[in-house]
Amino acid sequence: MRDRFNFEIESLKQRLLDLATSADRALVRALRAVDGSAPADDARSVIASDAAIDAEEVAIEEECLKLMALYQPVAGDLRLIVTILKVNGEIERVADMASNIAARAIDMAEAHVPPEARFDFAPMLERAHKMLRGALDAFVCHRSDLARKIILEDDAVDALNAAHYANARDRLLKDPALANYTLDCVTVSHCIERIADIATNICEDVVYLEEGQIVRHQKRIQA
Amino acid sequence: MDTPRQEPQIKIRARKLSFFYEGGHQALFENDLDIPERRITAVIGPSGCGKSTHLRTYNRIYSLHRGQRAEGEVLLDGQNILDPKTDLLTLRRRVGMIFQKPTPFPMSVFDNVAYPLRLHFKLGRKEIEERVEAALQGASLWDEVKDQLRKSGLALSGGQQQRLCIARAIAAEPEVLLMDEPTSAIDPVATLKIEDLVLRLRERFTIVIVTHNMQQAARISDRTAFFYKGRIVEVGPTKQIFTAPREKKTEEYITGRFG
Repeated sequence: MRDRFNFEIESLKQRLLDLATSADRALVRALRAVDGSAPADDARSVIASDAAIDAEEVAIEEECLKLMALYQPVAGDLRLIVTILKVNGEIERVADMASNIAARAIDMAEAHVPPEARFDFAPMLERAHKMLRGALDAFVCHRSDLARKIILEDDAVDALNAAHYANARDRLLKDPALANYTLDCVTVSHCIERIADIATNICEDVVYLEEGQIVRHQKRIQA
Repeated sequence: MDTPRQEPQIKIRARKLSFFYEGGHQALFENDLDIPERRITAVIGPSGCGKSTHLRTYNRIYSLHRGQRAEGEVLLDGQNILDPKTDLLTLRRRVGMIFQKPTPFPMSVFDNVAYPLRLHFKLGRKEIEERVEAALQGASLWDEVKDQLRKSGLALSGGQQQRLCIARAIAAEPEVLLMDEPTSAIDPVATLKIEDLVLRLRERFTIVIVTHNMQQAARISDRTAFFYKGRIVEVGPTKQIFTAPREKKTEEYITGRFG
């Protein structure tokens, strides 16, 4: 019974990591489309791939429910299944964000924007993406210490989002002709900020998984 | 189970409690355990870990066997019941016990429940009838047996027999109910009936239940103590023990890695 449960739970973890890889790949392609280093077709393929990720998310959730019903897990086993269930939902939202960013990238590619008016998302992208990968590493490597450190990085991404928002407001006043582009940039910035939030949520789930402690909604978490 | 009620009083305090079987084999090693009043405390652990032995010290039922002895203290409302001067008849009225296999006496349903009333109290016939009915009601058995009170207790189903034993135990108006795997010999539906009953009895009695059924401990108890090789490894709120135990050994046991 125990061996069977171990086998099932390991398979489930692997499926979750495969889903995370797909979502991460979609995110990277969407981000490249935003900065113009990938063609708009790549952005379209990101949007097309979302349906498969949604379907896999539902399948993983069903598998979690099946394991809970069949094995009635407790303690670490229970925390692992609950964490998989929650991280599964978070990863699906990463793919949604990638899709949203890709949709904006398609519009942005068609806009004629002078180089000096272009938004530079690179620093924010780099931080948010690093947080997300770190969160998944913390989950795979059972590192709640790493998770706690990553949670603290969310404020920096929030600040960059606020800076983009302030910049967008100025641009809208100065150059209303670029309003569509500017509003797309606000959406992209918001989506990247959400990626950092999702990474934070995953890290909080990792702390629960490893320490049994719920740390959500706490302003300050000791690293 | 969580309750909004305030912190309960401690009904039983076991202090440095050790136990020796005949021949000197030590089964318990200086355990401390607090049993809160009007709460359900579950005692879990693998076979031979000492959980039933620990339970049996609470009403000194081991005294029936020569050569068995307990050391340390078991304080019931502050009074050490291991003291040789303890009156065992009074102790067993105050601390009732339900066993793994239902143990109805070979007499009628009515007489099974009336037995402790006649033993412990001087009551008139009418009063005995009233208290038998109240005990059968309290054990959720009245509706099923009210028309067959003269039938032998042994003719009831396994689940009914166990509830009859609970009725017999509560008829004596004990303060503590000890339950030693009370549902391990009965079917799942009867088990759930007993669990519902135990949850209701919690309002009136302090309950200590030894169980091999982990889900049962998780479902009905307020606190859980985990025994291993004669020692208490961990004790705490049931919710914590079953979601985030502090001790590795507890985690390994409740997730089925050993035992």
